[in-house]
Amino acid sequence: MTPLLEMRDISKTFGPVKALSGVSLTAYPGEVHALMGENGAGKSTLMKVLSGAYVADAGGEILVDGQPIPTGDPKLARALGIAVIYQELALSPNLSVAENVFLGREPSRAGFVSRSSMAARTQPVLDRLGIDFTPATRVGSLSLGERQLVEIARAVASDARIIVMDEPTTSLSSRETDRLFSVIEGLTAQGIAIIYISHRMDEIYRLADRCSVLRDGAYVGTLDKAELSAQKLVSMMVGRDLSTFYTKDHVAHDDARHVVLRVEGMSDGRLVRNCSFDVHEGEVLGLSGLVGSGRTELARLIYGADPATAGSVTLNGREVTPRSPREALRHGIVYLTEDRKALGLFLDMTIAQNISTCVHERDAHRGGFLNFRAQADRAAKAIRALGIKTPSARLNTGALSGGNQQKVLLARLLEAQPAVVILDEPTRGVDVGAKSEIYRLIDRLAREGMAVVMISSELPEIIGVADRVLVMRDGEIAGEVRAAPGKPVKQEEIMTLSTGAAA
Amino acid sequence: MSDTAQTGSAAANAERLKTTIRALGMLPVLILLAIGFELMTGKFLSVNNISIVTQQASINIVLAAGMTFVILTGGIDLSVGSILAASAMAAVSLSLVPGWGMIGIPAGLAVGLAFGLANGALIAFLGLPPFIVTLGALTAVRGVARLMGDDTTVFNADLPFDFIGNGTLLGVPWLAIVALLTVFISWLILRRTVLGTWIYATGGNHEAARLAGIKVGLVLLFAYGMSGLLAGLGGVMSAARLYAANGLQLGQAYELDAIAAVILGGTSFVGGVGSIWGTLIGALIIAVLSNGLILTGVSDIWQFIIKGLVIIAAVTLDRYRLKGGART
Repeated sequence: MTPLLEMRDISKTFGPVKALSGVSLTAYPGEVHALMGENGAGKSTLMKVLSGAYVADAGGEILVDGQPIPTGDPKLARALGIAVIYQELALSPNLSVAENVFLGREPSRAGFVSRSSMAARTQPVLDRLGIDFTPATRVGSLSLGERQLVEIARAVASDARIIVMDEPTTSLSSRETDRLFSVIEGLTAQGIAIIYISHRMDEIYRLADRCSVLRDGAYVGTLDKAELSAQKLVSMMVGRDLSTFYTKDHVAHDDARHVVLRVEGMSDGRLVRNCSFDVHEGEVLGLSGLVGSGRTELARLIYGADPATAGSVTLNGREVTPRSPREALRHGIVYLTEDRKALGLFLDMTIAQNISTCVHERDAHRGGFLNFRAQADRAAKAIRALGIKTPSARLNTGALSGGNQQKVLLARLLEAQPAVVILDEPTRGVDVGAKSEIYRLIDRLAREGMAVVMISSELPEIIGVADRVLVMRDGEIAGEVRAAPGKPVKQEEIMTLSTGAAA
Repeated sequence: MSDTAQTGSAAANAERLKTTIRALGMLPVLILLAIGFELMTGKFLSVNNISIVTQQASINIVLAAGMTFVILTGGIDLSVGSILAASAMAAVSLSLVPGWGMIGIPAGLAVGLAFGLANGALIAFLGLPPFIVTLGALTAVRGVARLMGDDTTVFNADLPFDFIGNGTLLGVPWLAIVALLTVFISWLILRRTVLGTWIYATGGNHEAARLAGIKVGLVLLFAYGMSGLLAGLGGVMSAARLYAANGLQLGQAYELDAIAAVILGGTSFVGGVGSIWGTLIGALIIAVLSNGLILTGVSDIWQFIIKGLVIIAAVTLDRYRLKGGART
């Protein structure tokens, strides 16, 4: 059988940076080909070459149906049936499903859009995918999972034969994920090839016929369904042993130790209900739960970022209950946001400015004049201490990779000399190397006696780093899971609590 | 191997070149315009004419400096023209107080500051959109300005502070000195103080600034207060130049020139990126265009059309120039 798609020896350089070197990938009709690799491994670049957004370096070629095609021509790629569905969906929420499906190629007569024909041509596509909302539904009223299906419908309606999905389940509930998977199975049954980018092992097991791994822009290998194992995949992705991945050198949790942070009866009247817990000196408390269970909302209440309707925060025995982030910072409570780009960093400002954001005032000369020397000193120290990879502290933060940006944000929080550190998904969008460094940093903070709260959706991470884990469900704390000597916390215990399966 | 090293250093060179070009901003455009007008008229670059251009530019420079603060926070201030008129009215009216004529200066400044703070309070503490608040102020303050002189022109032929508008210091017009001082102080605030950092941070990412403990409300109040205060200063300057103020006509559409200067200067309309020096160059470009077109004898109507097109072309060029260095 000729492959539907064959990418041979694809390389791509940006200035001095080699983003891809000699990567090959094939896809046969009706197969799901998973693509894995850490962030920055080159998956997105490869897919951008495929979709025509980038021109590949000379030497590589792309064949569709065995015919070589020129790279860097998005129109041609689309005409040949290559469709890419990005993580950030490209839909207009104010338009209907049918209008979105035909966005950019509206059927028209004499320049007038023909709504009826649009709806009539959308319906069979929705039927084919087994979708139950109508073409007239406004996309804004759909859930994220349903919007994903609209994107797929758009690809199918344009006769796509190769559909690339970039981490499609990141923001989906498990029911929506199941639905997406059955749609994917339907598509492959119709001979469409799916290139599926994901970090989640269980999805790969379930869907993939083959799985290719990239590392540092290079092709590592491809495994068939039968050969797939988490161990193999992880070692292929990381290229080294993972036994030293998590660090837990700090003294394990002990109830007798001094309580630094006490949260009592925290509620916001919507997503957080009556949450109480203690965090002790020198411990890492994990906060787990499904997406939407209220973890971030609870953290933001403690930090004073959102108004609480009830509850109190006590720090070292004194009630502080911050009403603004500013107050929280003054008391020594810091919060690392889960969305560093939208809510954390100032990407157009320098690394040094970002690191000193919370202490500019404290450092300032009389009259509010900036203390550039203090700023430079802090930046130099933090860059060294956290291993931030940058040629200069005066570089704009936006120019850094995800992992280094996260370290800059962490450095900012630590400059405030906090007593309590709340970390919301501290390793999201961070490559494996930086992840391990962040774990080491968290461990160091605990050793220095800080109270650390870590929110994470990745169970291995929370188990590897935290001393005990609180699990949230529907805005409440559903329970606590503790490690005992010789008996680490089990993923199943956390899952049971977060899904309420035990009840 | 040597091949890749070569492309590497070439890329680094290109990167350096790009950085230099970006730092220069619109300065080359300004210089080209000046040379062009000189070639066409032969008198554009005379000392006398340059003095005239800086005087003409000075009020807009002051307004645009205030506008830079506001636009850096991601906002807009449409009311500066009206505030200028009201401040000028106050300045001239109070300059008529026998023996206390100099009080016109603080009066004009105070009126401007008060209106600016009112804008800022509505935006910072009630969370109203800047466009709407200052659009309302544009109309309402214009009405106040007319009210202040019973809708007539107020004169003072013996204006005690007329040196600001017509005098010189060591041959340099006072108007230009005031404008450059304003730019310098603005630079000092924006680049040398904590408050300046907060302004950039607030404009760059409002919510992140709040979460980082920055007093976002205070920053906004300051930016609009500053814009109002500088509009008040503009009012004093134009009163000093004209020995008179008129609530109806003075400062009409000045906000547009101020905004154009800021945008020409490369300050991002969404906030967080830009510099006061860019604004200075932007305002000078506008003044050079007006003056040069008059010198070349282009009709009034065509001056409008050409000015508008140059602004659009300059900003287009700017976008194109920045695109190469944009983040992906």
